[in-house]
Amino acid sequence: MPESSPGESGDSLTPNANKASAHEHKRYFRSSLVVIAWLLPVWFLVSYGCGILFREWLDANAPKIGNAPFGFWMAQQGSIICFVILLIVYAVWMKRLDDKFSQVEKI
Amino acid sequence: MSQDLLNFIFIGGSFGLYIYIAFSSRASSTKEYYTAGGGVSPFANGMATAADWMSAATFISMAGTVAISGYDGSRFLMGWTGGFVLLTVLMVPYLRKFGKPTVPDFIGDRFYSKVARGVAVVCAIFICMTYIMGQMRGVGVVFSQLFGISIQSGVLVGASIVFVYAGLGGMKGITYTQVAQYCVMAFAYTIPAIFISIALTNNFIPQLGLIGDYNAAGPAVPFLEKLNKINTDLGFSEFTSGRLDTINMFCITAALMCGTAGLPHVIVRFFTVKNVASVRRSACWTLGFIAVIYLTAPTIGSFSRVNLITQLEDRSYADVPQWFLEFEATGQMAWVDKNDDGKIQYFGPGKSESNTNTVFVGAGPMYPGTDTPADQLVGKHGERLLANRADETNPNELWFGNDIMVMANPQMAGLPMWVIALLMAGCIAAALSTAAGLLLVLSTSISHDLMKKIIKPSLTDREEVNYARAASFIALAVAAYFGINPPSAFIAKTVAFAFGLAASSFFPTLLIGIFSKRMNKQGAIAGMLCGITFTIGYIIYFQFLGGSSAEYLWGITPEGIGFVGMIINFVVSFLVSSLTAPPPTYIQEMVVNIHVPGSDTATLSMGGEESEGETRDGVGGEGI
Repeated sequence: MPESSPGESGDSLTPNANKASAHEHKRYFRSSLVVIAWLLPVWFLVSYGCGILFREWLDANAPKIGNAPFGFWMAQQGSIICFVILLIVYAVWMKRLDDKFSQVEKI
Repeated sequence: MSQDLLNFIFIGGSFGLYIYIAFSSRASSTKEYYTAGGGVSPFANGMATAADWMSAATFISMAGTVAISGYDGSRFLMGWTGGFVLLTVLMVPYLRKFGKPTVPDFIGDRFYSKVARGVAVVCAIFICMTYIMGQMRGVGVVFSQLFGISIQSGVLVGASIVFVYAGLGGMKGITYTQVAQYCVMAFAYTIPAIFISIALTNNFIPQLGLIGDYNAAGPAVPFLEKLNKINTDLGFSEFTSGRLDTINMFCITAALMCGTAGLPHVIVRFFTVKNVASVRRSACWTLGFIAVIYLTAPTIGSFSRVNLITQLEDRSYADVPQWFLEFEATGQMAWVDKNDDGKIQYFGPGKSESNTNTVFVGAGPMYPGTDTPADQLVGKHGERLLANRADETNPNELWFGNDIMVMANPQMAGLPMWVIALLMAGCIAAALSTAAGLLLVLSTSISHDLMKKIIKPSLTDREEVNYARAASFIALAVAAYFGINPPSAFIAKTVAFAFGLAASSFFPTLLIGIFSKRMNKQGAIAGMLCGITFTIGYIIYFQFLGGSSAEYLWGITPEGIGFVGMIINFVVSFLVSSLTAPPPTYIQEMVVNIHVPGSDTATLSMGGEESEGETRDGVGGEGI
């Protein structure tokens, strides 16, 4: 297509590339919001859910952890363990996003 | 070898180490003073942040709180760890991308306004001051226990030590010192727990001991059942149930979590690593190291409660253990023989008509002066007499500060002397590391954000660091004063207020600043002011002006009010912002750019390219 070649010249390449990278950035940000949207509900559930809001019901009905009632154990031990796991998942997941969108930060 | 000598060896040795590290890595430029030059490895930074985070309050008071209140203590356990998830997922990667060394700096630039920066500086000062007060109190408790001096002199000794190495060393010195301090703390905290767990439950992992069986005397029974029975027999509520209502549990935990995510001295820690990916890794390490201590705290709390009660309850004063006499001498335990039988009785609120178990009238024990006659100083069984009137509405005779639970723990369990010495060294490490980190933020806020960016932009690097040092001296003097005259009876509570303030001011403003393009300066300023004013007002009214608990808003205590303050901040911010003009285009572009680690337009890098960072600062900032 000879008529389109002038359009692809060096002058207009920069805005196009910028536009493309802005689009990539938007997709990257949207994907990272998805990560957050997965992790925060889990965060809420293990701490406020199991440890506070549904504790009494869980204490009475859920299986015990060792000799400890489930809700009590979640509040004092389980939630903290889950938090650590959440952060590891976050770091690994975001690293994969970085690689996918080749987000190498300039130091 | 005597206990005192061992204490001196352990503490002297650890001090020598800290000072050596602080001296050999002391800061030579403002950049090293504020962010250690930005090149600390994620692992080391994680350890240092954990030490920074674990304050004297955590170390000394948290296990005590769990011991006293059982399940209710979970609000501190969850609040102070769960906040890290919020912090890591929502805040620090973006703030790190933005690349400004302090929180007021971010707010000042993002909201393109000196007023916003000024408000942020004031908030930072309030938060850090409240927090340092708690630390100073903790230092005082440790030193008074250690040298048998009063808490007042303990606070003064601690304050002077913190000043020497935090004020001089800057962030670089502090970071590497904190790595050493974390190691001391972790050993000091877990080793006694392991010994006690073996003694009580035959299990060398305390976390398994907690959910295992109690084996110390008689046939094996589930440990928590044993503890529940001890509690209910004495008129306390069940250990695994607690007394706090759900709404307060929720609000306090939320205030602590959001406060964690808004604490300037924690956020600043993540500026010391290289890039955004390192920030995420560093946060994993941090929470991992913190979890080691936080998973141990509830075990120490419950074990020490069993030990305390089995050793003191219904024992005659003539043969109480030696440690009781020591704590009595320093005024951290007291016994009032209400029924005059020479035995110690310890009861919960359930054993009296009035539903209380206060031992005496007044907030803490007071003692008659030294010039009073001897029969008013020492009771007929040999106990130390109080100046307070006994509270005769209930039969409880034993008073002790929550803060001693961890300290008395090894002695109660009869552990070897070196364990006690190690614990002392750990307590001091905890208090020093946090106080140092906070002091740094406080002095930076004043020297960098107030002096350099608002009042006198022509400051040179050297002058700025000198201002920082002067500011840390003044801040420490004020903190020491409040450490001696604490506004609240025990450490964890004072610290909880600091979190309320952070939750109601920084957390919402930072969050909106990061994620909303539309938020303008009017909204942010109004939100911060309303949030923090409401929270401070509520705390002051109920804590100092004698508001009664019947007047609580929806029954929420001052500790949990930060959560409501936070919601007020959010609502006011969006309301005001929607009524005023949107922010300039370059600000909106800046917000888009901090969402993506690799975009270069807003990268104000901190590692080496100072000049580039400065010019971009001029473009994106307010044009100083």
